[in-house]
Amino acid sequence: MFLVRRLANYVVLIFLATTFAYLLAATTLDPRANYAEMRPQPSEEQVDARLDELNLNDKTPLAERYAYWVGDIATGDFGLSVRGTSVNEEMARRVGVSLRLILFGTVIGATSGILVGAYGAVKQYRFFDRASTGAAFFVLSVPAVVIAISLQVIAVWINEATGVRIFQYAGEYTTGLDAGFWGRLGNRIQHAVLPTLALAIGQFAAFSRYQRNMMLDVLGSDFVRTAMAKGLTRRRAFFKHALRTALIPTVTYFTFVFGIMLAGTTFTEKIYGWNGMGSWVIDSIVTNDVNAVAAVSCFMAICVMAASFFSDILYAWLDPRVRVS
Amino acid sequence: MSMSAERVASETETGQEGGTDETRIPGRWSVVLGTMLRQRRVLVGLAVLLLLVAAAWIGPLLSPWGFEERDYASFLRPPSPEHWLGTDNTGRDLYIITLVGLQKSIIIGLLVAVITTAVAAVVGAFAGYFLNLTDKVLMWVTDLALVLPSFLILAILFPAIRDSGWIVFVLLLAAFGWMITAKMVRGMTISLKEREYVYAARYMGVSPVRIIFRHIIPNMSSLLIVDATINVSSAIIAETSLSYFGFGVQAPDVSLGTLIALGSRQAVTHPWTFVFCTGLLIVLVMAVNLIGEGLRDALDPQSKSRRA
Repeated sequence: MFLVRRLANYVVLIFLATTFAYLLAATTLDPRANYAEMRPQPSEEQVDARLDELNLNDKTPLAERYAYWVGDIATGDFGLSVRGTSVNEEMARRVGVSLRLILFGTVIGATSGILVGAYGAVKQYRFFDRASTGAAFFVLSVPAVVIAISLQVIAVWINEATGVRIFQYAGEYTTGLDAGFWGRLGNRIQHAVLPTLALAIGQFAAFSRYQRNMMLDVLGSDFVRTAMAKGLTRRRAFFKHALRTALIPTVTYFTFVFGIMLAGTTFTEKIYGWNGMGSWVIDSIVTNDVNAVAAVSCFMAICVMAASFFSDILYAWLDPRVRVS
Repeated sequence: MSMSAERVASETETGQEGGTDETRIPGRWSVVLGTMLRQRRVLVGLAVLLLLVAAAWIGPLLSPWGFEERDYASFLRPPSPEHWLGTDNTGRDLYIITLVGLQKSIIIGLLVAVITTAVAAVVGAFAGYFLNLTDKVLMWVTDLALVLPSFLILAILFPAIRDSGWIVFVLLLAAFGWMITAKMVRGMTISLKEREYVYAARYMGVSPVRIIFRHIIPNMSSLLIVDATINVSSAIIAETSLSYFGFGVQAPDVSLGTLIALGSRQAVTHPWTFVFCTGLLIVLVMAVNLIGEGLRDALDPQSKSRRA
C-alpha cells in the first residue's frame, strides 16, 4: 500500500515536470524560425499548415495545443518532431545509443573505483592510499566537460604525432564504412574508447572515494575483528566479511548513478558527437523541437525517480538492517 | 548542537555578570573559526583561493592591455613579453581576458552558493518547524524541483534571459541547487525544535518566524557553512558547463567557461588558448573543494571521512 502510494506520487510528479517543460518550451521556443532560412522560402500558409500538422503552430492558442498534446501523451505518444518523424522512435534509438555508451563507462569506472578504494582502505595512509585519494580528489575537481575535452585534445595530439588515426572522436561509427562485421566492430570500438574513458575516469574517482569510506567504516567494526579473532587470515576476513558488507551501499549507489547517467551524459555525448539521450537535450532546444523537449524531460524525470526508487528497494533487499517497517 | 547552544547561553550569562571575567568562554563563532584554522587543508585552500582572488582583481592592472583592446598586429600568437599568455583569434590579450573571466567565475560561484544555501535553510527550516501542511507543500515543491531537469530548463530559458545579464543567470543557477540541502535542513530542524531552548523561547511567546531565524538556523551554521562551500564548487562547474555550450555567460562578458569553449577548438594547434583558462579553473575548484572538505571534517561531527 505504501509502495502504491509512493508510485502514484511519482507518476504525478513526473507528469507535472513534463507539463512544466512542455509549457516552458512551447512558450519560449519558436519552431517557426526553422522555416525562415529555408530556400525556396515557403509561404506563410504552407508553414502554418506544416506547423498545424506537428501541433507546433504558435497561432493556435497554447491551451488547445496543450490539450492535444496531453491527449497524445495519454496514449503513450510523444507526438512528432520538427522533422515530422515520430518522437517515440527517435527516443528508442537514442536510448540505445546512450545505453551502449554508459554501460561500459560506468561498469569499468565503478569496478576499478571499488577495487582501488577497497585496497586503499586496507592500506590506509600508505603510499597507495595517499596516491589514490589524491588522484580521486583531483579528478573530482575537474568538470566533466574539461575531462572530455582534454582527452579529445590528447587524442588529436597522439594521432598527429604518430600519423595514424588511432583514436576517433566524432560520432559513434564511420558512416558508410564497408569493412565486414569485424571491421565495423573495430571501428565502433575505436570510436567508443575515448567517450567511455571520459565517463569511466569520473566514475572511478567517485566510486573509489565512496568505497574507501564504506570500507573504513566496516574495517573498524566488531564482526571483522571477530572474524580475525576466530582464526581467519586477514585476506579471508577482508574478502568474505568486510568487502561484502561494504559493497552493499556501493551497489545501491551504482544503481542510482546508472539511472541518473542514462540521460545525464549530455557533455560527453555532445562533445564526442554521440546522438544519445544526453545530447538530445541540446539538439532539441537548438532545433526548437517542443515535443522532443517534453519527451526528454519526461525521460529524465522517470530516470531520476526510477533510480532513487530502485536503489531504495535494492538497499532494503540487500541489507536486512534497513528493513524497519 | 546542544553543546554550542549551552556555550552561547553561558556566554550571555558571563556577559551579564559584568564581562570582566578573564576566563571568558569563547562564543560559537570563535570556536568555529578556531577549528577551521587548525585544519591544514582549509588553510592551504584559503591561501590558494586568496591568491586567485588577488590575481583576478589586481592582475589585470599590471598588464598594459585593456579588456576591450585588440591587437590587430597579432592574432593567435603564443605567449611573448608583449602578450604574457598570448593572444586569441581576434587579437585579444589572453592574460587580461583570462583573469577577467576568472573574476566572473569566482563571483558567480560565491553568489550562487550563498543564495542557494540561504534558500535551502529557509525552506528546510520552515518545513521542519511547522510540519503538517507547510511541510507537505514545501517538500512537494522540493521534489518537483528535483525531478525537473535543471540543465534543460536553464537552456530553454536561455533565449529569454540572454539580454538580462549574468545576474539573472546567477538566480537561475541558484534556483536549481537548493533541494538536497533543504531536505537535510528539514531533518535537522525536526530534531532541533525539540530542544529546551526552543521550548523556552516558545513559552516566552517568541513568534515562530523569529525562533526559526534566531535559534534554529544559527544552530545549524556548521552544516550550512560546509554546504555553502561545496555549493561554490558545484556552481562554478555548472556555470562552466553551461557557458561551454553557449547557454551561460554571453559576450562581451567572459567567464572561464566561454574561454574554454573558445580554446578547445584550437587546443592542439594553439595550446595557450586552452591550457591557461582550464588550468586556472581546475586550481580554483580544487582550492574550494579543499576548504569544503577540511571544514566538513572540522565542523561536522558525523563526518567520517578519514583523510590524511
